[in-house]
Amino acid sequence: MKKIISFPHMDNYYVPITFLLKKVTDYEVMHPLPITKRTLELGTKYSPEFVCVPFKYNLGNYIESLERGANVLVQAGGGCRYGYYAEVQEQILCDLGYNFEFHSLVDNNQNVLINAYKVLKKINNKLTIFKYIYYMALTLKIINYMDKIDIYIRANIGFEKRKGDFGNLLNKMLEEIVNIKGFWNLRKLYKKYNILFQAIQINKPIDCLKVGLIGELYTSMEPFCNYYLEKALAEMKIQMDRYTNVTYLLITKLFNKRKVLKKCGCYCKYLIGADGTDNVAVARTLALKGYDGLIHTKPFGCMPEVGAMPILQKLSNDYEIPILFFSFDSHTAEEGIKTRLEAFYDMIMMRRNKHD
Amino acid sequence: MINGYLGVDVGSISTKGVIINDHNKIMAKVYLWTEGDPIKAVKKVVTLLEEQIKNKRIKIIGVGVTGSARKLIGTILGANIIKNEITAHAVGTLSIEPNVRTILEIGGQDSKIIILEKGIIVDYAMNTLCAAGTGSFLSSQAKRLGVKIEEFGHLALTSTNPTKIAARCTVFAESDLVHKAQIGYKQNDIIAGLCNAIVANYLNNVGKGKRIKAPIVFQGGVSKNIGVVEVFKNILQEDIIVYENGHLAGALGVAILSKDNSKEEEFNFNIKDIKFETRGVVCEGCPNHCDIICVYRNSKLIDSWGNRCERGKIE
Repeated sequence: MKKIISFPHMDNYYVPITFLLKKVTDYEVMHPLPITKRTLELGTKYSPEFVCVPFKYNLGNYIESLERGANVLVQAGGGCRYGYYAEVQEQILCDLGYNFEFHSLVDNNQNVLINAYKVLKKINNKLTIFKYIYYMALTLKIINYMDKIDIYIRANIGFEKRKGDFGNLLNKMLEEIVNIKGFWNLRKLYKKYNILFQAIQINKPIDCLKVGLIGELYTSMEPFCNYYLEKALAEMKIQMDRYTNVTYLLITKLFNKRKVLKKCGCYCKYLIGADGTDNVAVARTLALKGYDGLIHTKPFGCMPEVGAMPILQKLSNDYEIPILFFSFDSHTAEEGIKTRLEAFYDMIMMRRNKHD
Repeated sequence: MINGYLGVDVGSISTKGVIINDHNKIMAKVYLWTEGDPIKAVKKVVTLLEEQIKNKRIKIIGVGVTGSARKLIGTILGANIIKNEITAHAVGTLSIEPNVRTILEIGGQDSKIIILEKGIIVDYAMNTLCAAGTGSFLSSQAKRLGVKIEEFGHLALTSTNPTKIAARCTVFAESDLVHKAQIGYKQNDIIAGLCNAIVANYLNNVGKGKRIKAPIVFQGGVSKNIGVVEVFKNILQEDIIVYENGHLAGALGVAILSKDNSKEEEFNFNIKDIKFETRGVVCEGCPNHCDIICVYRNSKLIDSWGNRCERGKIE
């Protein structure tokens, strides 16, 4: 039987993951369908009710891929209880009667990159460590460049002169990036697109409103899950800043452990767990930079973020920076999110006018 | 002929309408139940408002709409401003009490807290996930106990020993309430317990971590419940201001915002004779199946929304 490998969806990261899997395995790679309401419905139907919402999205992705013929699934989550989701999801899918192999790239006792090699070696016996290191490094570089471009887009997309310029160019870049032939080629492509992105005409005032996006990784990165929060903010002509991305989670965070607590100032003495401490550190950094507000997102019941919230609330009072808290689940009403977001915009606008 | 501005606040439970003049003075006001049909409720509001200003020679040149049905009603009334409830409430309250620092608001299905400083909103929060501690919960419990919601507060004040009720969640609260009633707690004690529970829930949930400073204004439908007001006073140890028109603050605020909007257009009261209809369509363009709402005026499509992308656009 032909092996078809698939994985969960998160923003545009399916592009580098597809690239990596194509290079290091000889399986056919099926990237998941874009998330729709159906994905969430399927995921919710078969998930434990109080599990956090990324679990439901992932499970929905798996079911949709299995329906389309995938028979090897990969999970890569960790940090919080996410680290145990792979086992539970495997069991649920087994109980549903699907026939598949399941691999978890994360082992909580081991570095992700080392464990990923072990797992990929199991999938493809011919994989040498050199080949793995080369393609892993190349994939990380792709991710790194994508994230760099994303940071520029987030800061400027609200001010584009012709609507859709940034989005169209990004799609073009993602189409091209999968065909790169090596580091040198990739770097050339990045430079080319960097110039193209800089060349997009924008109409950005120096004193535009600035909002920082913090919170749990999945809800802050997957646009369907946060009800296209970034799109809504862009339409309000707000500059956005988000530290959480895959580069940060895989690389920067490793070298950042001590610095993070330092950046938290007097707010944290110990690590909160998962990304909680990082969010406090980012919140404080942005508050010191004079941002107009912060938006914190988390899935309903996310323990590390629940732990971070009272600290953020105190920080909000001390630095007089408003923080809007969102808690997403499969039943979240979209209207309610819009109402809060509009009010948030009115508030930061009013505050700004007061200072002027 | 003087200029007037219409503000409408279409909430889940009640619909409020006011007409103000250039000096933010309320010339006419209406408060009635939405009863699940915002279009019908608004037509009724418009009819009643027209009757009140019949002999006053007022020309309405601006319409503002707020509340959970603001988009639908805004389209129907041809509003020059559609605003969220939080901003509308803050603006409305500031016009009555310019020094206000905290606005507590408990409405039909949501509750919010707004913190202000020198007339500027600096922080707010809205209940996120459940309806525990809102007006609809109180009114359903009043019905269960066979008490008129208007008498609820007065009955609570007669209690000397309020029952403890688990208020974390409406489902738990209700079963706890039934249980307490069955084992013989007095009705007024239970009612007072409910008032305590509402306030405790509000402060733990919406008001968590917020700096509540005087002057404090309490508004929304539940502010008419004197029992809840007393509990707030006891817990916060501050004076709680409740205005006679507190329940109209949203409508008043949005009328003021409409006045400040430069776009002027005369409002026609014959809206009540026009047939408005909404139809839900499910887009089959992709598996997302967006629910698209189409609004028809005399069977002619005037607006539609709910689609995520161009494929679902209906014209």
